Amino acid sequence: MWHDLTSEQELLRDTTSRYLADKASLAKQRKMRDDPVGFTPDYWTGGAELGWTMLLASEEDGGGSVSGRGLVDLAMLAYEFGKNAAPGPLVDCNVAVLALGRQSGDLQRQVLGELLTGQTIVSTCLGAAPWNMPCEASVTIRQDGDDLVIDGTVKPVESGAQAGYLLVTGASAGGMTQVLVPVDAPGVTVKPLKGIDVSRRFAKVTFEGTRVPATALLGSFAGADTAVTRQVQHAAVILAAESVGAMDAAFDMTLDWTFNRYTFGRALASYQALKHRMADMKSWLEASHAISDAAAEAVADGDDSAAELASAAKSYIGVQGPELCQEGVQLHGGIGVTYEHDLHFFLRRVTLNALLFGTSADHRRMLGALQIDQEKAA
Amino acid sequence: MSEAIESVEAFRARARAWIKANLGPMQGWDMSQHCENDDEERKAVARDRALQRKLFDGGFSGICFPKEYGGQGLTPDHNRAFNEELAGHEYPSRFAVPTFSPCASTLFEFATAEQKAAHLPAILKGDEVWVQLLSEPGGGSDVAGISTGAMRDAQGDWILNGSKVWTSRAWWADWGLILVRTNWDVPKHSGMTVFIVPLHQPGIEIHRIERLNGESEACQEFFTDVRIPDSDRMGEIDAGWTIGQRWMYHERLGHNSPYVTHPIGGQKASPHEPSTVGIARKAGRLGDPAARELIGEHRALGLITQKLQNRIASAASSGRGNTDLSAVDRVFRAVASIRRSTIAYELAGAGASVWDEDEESAAEAVGMNFLLRQAAAIGGGTTEISRNVVAERVLGMPRESSADKGVAYRDIPKGPKRAG
Repeated sequence: MWHDLTSEQELLRDTTSRYLADKASLAKQRKMRDDPVGFTPDYWTGGAELGWTMLLASEEDGGGSVSGRGLVDLAMLAYEFGKNAAPGPLVDCNVAVLALGRQSGDLQRQVLGELLTGQTIVSTCLGAAPWNMPCEASVTIRQDGDDLVIDGTVKPVESGAQAGYLLVTGASAGGMTQVLVPVDAPGVTVKPLKGIDVSRRFAKVTFEGTRVPATALLGSFAGADTAVTRQVQHAAVILAAESVGAMDAAFDMTLDWTFNRYTFGRALASYQALKHRMADMKSWLEASHAISDAAAEAVADGDDSAAELASAAKSYIGVQGPELCQEGVQLHGGIGVTYEHDLHFFLRRVTLNALLFGTSADHRRMLGALQIDQEKAA
Repeated sequence: MSEAIESVEAFRARARAWIKANLGPMQGWDMSQHCENDDEERKAVARDRALQRKLFDGGFSGICFPKEYGGQGLTPDHNRAFNEELAGHEYPSRFAVPTFSPCASTLFEFATAEQKAAHLPAILKGDEVWVQLLSEPGGGSDVAGISTGAMRDAQGDWILNGSKVWTSRAWWADWGLILVRTNWDVPKHSGMTVFIVPLHQPGIEIHRIERLNGESEACQEFFTDVRIPDSDRMGEIDAGWTIGQRWMYHERLGHNSPYVTHPIGGQKASPHEPSTVGIARKAGRLGDPAARELIGEHRALGLITQKLQNRIASAASSGRGNTDLSAVDRVFRAVASIRRSTIAYELAGAGASVWDEDEESAAEAVGMNFLLRQAAAIGGGTTEISRNVVAERVLGMPRESSADKGVAYRDIPKGPKRAG
């Protein structure tokens, strides 16, 4: 996270930090372990009032940022989400706000309004992605007369069973297509899934000949590649910032433990073998802060380096986040693998984040392709 | 002394015009200090000396040094502006480190008025290249554990004996800044003194150290009864550690020091270091997804190395970080560099093992770079020491116990004990 924040940014961050500590404490999350949603409706609408879904929307649309760089402000909030292992579809709803921001259709305007107040949840169904070959897409979208027909399956879809609408990306002849689909549209099946997280819920969404009118399109048919790439970059930034927050929490917890745990008459913190491991973890942590912040700024500014930095952040933190938390487990010893201890909330957070919106391997391949293109151009 | 200082923007415009008129494009010799052989290196050194002189004559040498020493008496912001304008142009890269930082910076802080008058203008004019004589064969990272010593003789001169090692390019440099032991009866930090010494004189033998890749830029110096006049002593007798700490601070700043002329931005990777894309192409693996993944990981680590450095620098300048955070950077940089060397080697496949002398330089040999990859975690103090610094001074974990604390230097255990 940034060393220097404006007072407005600090206010935004502190308000959410206090809200999460109160409404989404780990004790409360433990009680909701088997709840199908994982949070109460007023938790999400209350969060929307604090600005959780407005930062990527323009002022004309009822949104706005505090610093002029909405994604930087959002990354700050995401950091707090990670630090508290908080529930709620922060990534999906903000990606949807971004996607709906420049759309003029009635449905799109209506759903954007509902997202900003937290009245509805939009889940993203990434059935085709920038790191995939078109033949690898799990969802296809084709034209049939004036309609669009969607087929395929996507998992995991965050809060799929709680969503009012789905932002569906699929492969079409000539490029990717994005459509906004109500969950109750014919041919849509949402199946809640078991998952590794305690905080967040995921589903499998199946489309069987789901037919929507052309007015459901975001952008043009087969013309969504650029928009999807931009959405993935934003998601990568939000997820990276969340994971850095979770890494900070796991690191602090582990450092405290090394001071408080005694063995053979000395604190764990006095053993050089363990000091060196904490030092390595600190280097991963600082590197993760650095690349997460740099990616947020570059994507917010639409800088030339945005694609590279977003993928560098997503891929590095996707590996080093779980590594750091697993090291934390190891240094805790037996207590580290129990449900009773809090550490696993953060391990779950970073592990799951590493798998959403492209794995580390996917983002490294995209970075590799960018490098190859740059050298060809040079 | 109330002379108005030229504004940074006016200075920048003047610098830009001068650079365009006087400096050619950046050359291979500027981007990498690597030379194929000694003849080439001698030519590169002569050219750098001439370039440094050109800067001096143009009024752009030693931007942050006072005018009385031949500098420009300007601010770090002026130096930064000059460095930004320098991007893409030739420059005297062999003067940057260690001559300007840490050597000239340390001289400026601690040398006597006579010493400064004798050496700072000479450095600024390109007449003197300096090296730092710090590490010793008996121990690298334990800087204060040095045993090379100087004893005072009846005339008041100092007689130097011992050896220093890992001195980059001492074989063609002119002067050295040296930390030596002058008192064996006090704890190690309290008995050292700093001197300045001309490198090419009777009693100093300079040996080249060949590294396992055949390159030999590093040197070892052997001192036998070298006479140093007391006028070449810097600072108080036995107070050398005070200077040493600032010296090492300037060493850590390196190319980021406000005293260094070194282009910012616009610098491509060394032409001697092949790109991962080039390596994969040569291995016929550009279309291989596994190869693309490695290329991406390599690139990510490069970007993160840059961004971490920026983060730590900005923490220091905003007062939110402490200077020991640079040890975090040191650990990350080394680990990332090691991984990057390994990735290049993995991308090359069997082709890493050999190269065609007619088509490739030895420095392009990916396998050779892999063999030397640990150098990144050894030079400038091992990463083990840096990890201690991170754990103890950044994270506040307990200090390692040491057998030399409060013990007179001569009583510190130094030899092996295992032989029975």
